[in-house]
Amino acid sequence: MWLLLAALTIMLLGGILAALWVRSATAAKFIGSGSLVLACALGLIPVAHALLTGSVENLALPWALPFAVFSLGLDPLSAFFLLPLLVLSALAAIFGQTYLREFSAPKLAGHAFFLNFFVAAMILVLLARNGMLFLMSWEIMSLASFFLVTLEHEKPAIQTAGWIYLVAAHLGVACLLALFLLLGKSSGSLEFSQWLAHPAPAALAGVLFTLALLGFGTKAGFVPLHVWLPVAHPAAPSHVSALMSGVMIKLGLYGLLRVLGFFSLPPLTLGWTFIAVGLLSGISGAVMALAQRDLKRLLAYSSVENIGIIALGLGLGFLGQASSSLTLVVLGFGGALFHLLNHAVFKSLLFLGAGSLAHATGTTDMEQMGGLLKKMPWTGSAFFIGALAACGLPPLSGFVGEFLIVLGALHGGSAPGAVQAVPAWAVLAGLIFIGALAGVVFTKAFGIIFLGQARRKESEQAHEAERPLTLVLAVLALACLGMGFASSWIFSLTVPVIAQLTHAAAPLLQNEAAEIGTLLRTLALAFGTLLGLTAVLFGLRHALLRGREQASANTWDCGAAQVTPRMQYTASSYVQPLTSLFRFFLRTRKQQEAPRGLFPADAALRTETPPVFYELIFVPLFQRVAWALSKMRWLQHGRVQLYVLYIALALAGLLTWKLRP
Amino acid sequence: MTAAVCCWFLSLALAPLFLGIINRTKAFFAGRHGVPWCQVYFDLWKLLHKGVVCSRTTTWVFRLGPMLGLAAMLGAAALLPWGAIPAGVAFTGDMILFAYAFALARFGTVLAALDTGSSFEGMGASREIWISVLAEPVFFVCLGTLVAVTHQGSLSGVIPALNPQVWPKAGLSLVLLGGALFLVLLAENARIPVDDPNTHLELTMIHEVMVLDHAGPDLAFIVYGAGLKLWVLAALLVNVLVPWKPLSPWGSGAVMLAGMLGVALAVGITESVMARLRLRRIPQMLLIAGGFAALALILTLR
Repeated sequence: MWLLLAALTIMLLGGILAALWVRSATAAKFIGSGSLVLACALGLIPVAHALLTGSVENLALPWALPFAVFSLGLDPLSAFFLLPLLVLSALAAIFGQTYLREFSAPKLAGHAFFLNFFVAAMILVLLARNGMLFLMSWEIMSLASFFLVTLEHEKPAIQTAGWIYLVAAHLGVACLLALFLLLGKSSGSLEFSQWLAHPAPAALAGVLFTLALLGFGTKAGFVPLHVWLPVAHPAAPSHVSALMSGVMIKLGLYGLLRVLGFFSLPPLTLGWTFIAVGLLSGISGAVMALAQRDLKRLLAYSSVENIGIIALGLGLGFLGQASSSLTLVVLGFGGALFHLLNHAVFKSLLFLGAGSLAHATGTTDMEQMGGLLKKMPWTGSAFFIGALAACGLPPLSGFVGEFLIVLGALHGGSAPGAVQAVPAWAVLAGLIFIGALAGVVFTKAFGIIFLGQARRKESEQAHEAERPLTLVLAVLALACLGMGFASSWIFSLTVPVIAQLTHAAAPLLQNEAAEIGTLLRTLALAFGTLLGLTAVLFGLRHALLRGREQASANTWDCGAAQVTPRMQYTASSYVQPLTSLFRFFLRTRKQQEAPRGLFPADAALRTETPPVFYELIFVPLFQRVAWALSKMRWLQHGRVQLYVLYIALALAGLLTWKLRP
Repeated sequence: MTAAVCCWFLSLALAPLFLGIINRTKAFFAGRHGVPWCQVYFDLWKLLHKGVVCSRTTTWVFRLGPMLGLAAMLGAAALLPWGAIPAGVAFTGDMILFAYAFALARFGTVLAALDTGSSFEGMGASREIWISVLAEPVFFVCLGTLVAVTHQGSLSGVIPALNPQVWPKAGLSLVLLGGALFLVLLAENARIPVDDPNTHLELTMIHEVMVLDHAGPDLAFIVYGAGLKLWVLAALLVNVLVPWKPLSPWGSGAVMLAGMLGVALAVGITESVMARLRLRRIPQMLLIAGGFAALALILTLR
């Protein structure tokens, strides 16, 4: 615990020092990123200890704020989320200092300051064991990430993105504030330990759960609260997107899992809710990812989809609790937690890859790329592995998480009783559908960006990213591979977390987990066989072709005289059969100028897929709110004396309210 | 174990013949003499002895695709039992790996197609993956129903449990599953009514257009992989629909081969008596398959 506090101190000091040396880019680089990397390495020690031994540490320091104690704790649940946070933050910091090279020194200093505060706040969120401390860290996290997103604040598009993010984050916080106030009122304290010891009355549980779902769901990106993700991610620098998507949105799930202990709801209700939320987020996230042409927006929607998959796993775990089936509990929660780690790794890889691509081509629009695998072999190969993991295909980490959840669904589905079987079946069919859609999304992303021919001149002149950037990508790609083959070990890390979440008897849980561990080792062997078979075929091909002609020619053009890169399939045309299948949902707008006459000269087709939930729910909603609030505008007139009067009146009102008999 | 290995090699050896039987059935219905039974073997032999011509646009992805596709199918074949003969590789949840092997093969072939930068191959890739999005959930609901009927965790447990004692209880489910699996088989393997394996240059084609630029051993891998995929799915169908699972390896093998002959004839006859569906009808066909599978599942819930 003290090591973690030391890490926090180093991080914050580094951030402040970097900000003080405003004029020096080198200071921002070395003090800012250096302190972050050092602090993360330092923090990994207690985290690894907590995860491997399952120990719980608590620490309470006095704090001058009313009702608040600076109480921290490190248990398996926190440690499990801290692991990707620390590793990915360090990698993102290394990536970021090369990535942002072209920015001016003051901007870099500000960036270093906010990045360090962002990471520190996320760590504090995970360690906080007091409502006040939790909310404050949460707020610092949101604000710091707002400033990180709006690094290029001169651009109007980025300002809008920043505002949407800020509003979404604060609506979420409002729900959390209400949640914590209600919890605090019912137990008379803001300490988590008190809330855990005296759960809120059952009558309140429904309200509390709804507030938690709204508040934390906004951060996690549950549909339809996800609207800030596809706006904020493209605006932010890539390594910040990687951190936000890889780690920060997971903190929403952490918050949900943490507060579920503070009130008791029947596990069956939780199971059904999580599965419904997961299906909605997973399927609509994947369908919306299909229709995107901006790579970072596509990745943002894919994050929504993956959060859905994790929610499906959690839902299965709760179903298992409801039917007291330990196998289902372990498969559901274990699969969800495994997929959480896995998503953190491959999504960071893909976002950082998108950053390298943006550097090389000056755009994130996939329709302008193409043929980049030849120009950027390292970035391309790493992206290939990330895409394979994102599709959930063997032999990478992506498959293992989905394997566990699908296995859980099969297990739950063959249990007697429709109340448990039906949601399990929904998870099975839904997850496979999501997986198949993810397959389309990522074959599209990889295929259109890296394969074929360059669609624009900028992509033709692209070159491989600098060494530090490709190095970070290579580390993450290796992690994807390693997590696929060492899945049983990674899975064993989730066991103490499951024990903490479900209060299940440890020996029984260990038995169950050991069985699944064996299964995962078999799976790793099967992966090895698969790679072995591919290698054998590679050898066979090599042997067959030795001494034979291996010619190069143009792609077969069907006798056409002039084949140009513009004739290739584009990102939109590749998914057109599917987007037209889902047109009722996507509402793609089409502008068409059809060719006319016997010798048509011009024709054009423009398609644009709007953010459906944003346009159909939030825009009308906020218009109504703005209209209602505009009625109150007479209160605002700019006369300071009257404003002072308002304050005095409010204070007097509060005083009388407090002093009433 | 010996029996399992023999079955695996037998699958590998007979997959091209399976295509030969389908072709001869179609020829019979068309009133032609047809190509020799072993034509696919001859084709493969010829292709394996050629050099390759690769497009200048392509990268390693183009060469990896066929290998990945074939390796995945070889793996899938090793996971499938033959009646009472358990598969060489069996573990709880192996059906998930079995189904994902098809997805992996598709990932390889689709990316290899996109690698050429040709609009033909792009079109094939786009359609192939479109169909898979609809077919994959159906296939999984089928597998899930089998698990629900038998309460077994692995394919090698599920298949032998579909014995004559189960049929009176779950016969209707199994028949519906057979229908759904047959439709999925046709769609996944690009057979009529979804795609026509005989047309190489028409705009409705799916699988054939993806492989236009492959040559020599690469094309051999693709042709053989496609044959093996058809064989594996057909073998799953036989396993589900044929209740007799003799305990002796010879008996199981004989039942399986007879069943495979039946499926080959059924595919051949379907292709002979039907025209290809219009492209926009294909989702409806797969929806019907999904309906069958869902109905089968609901029947097991009683």
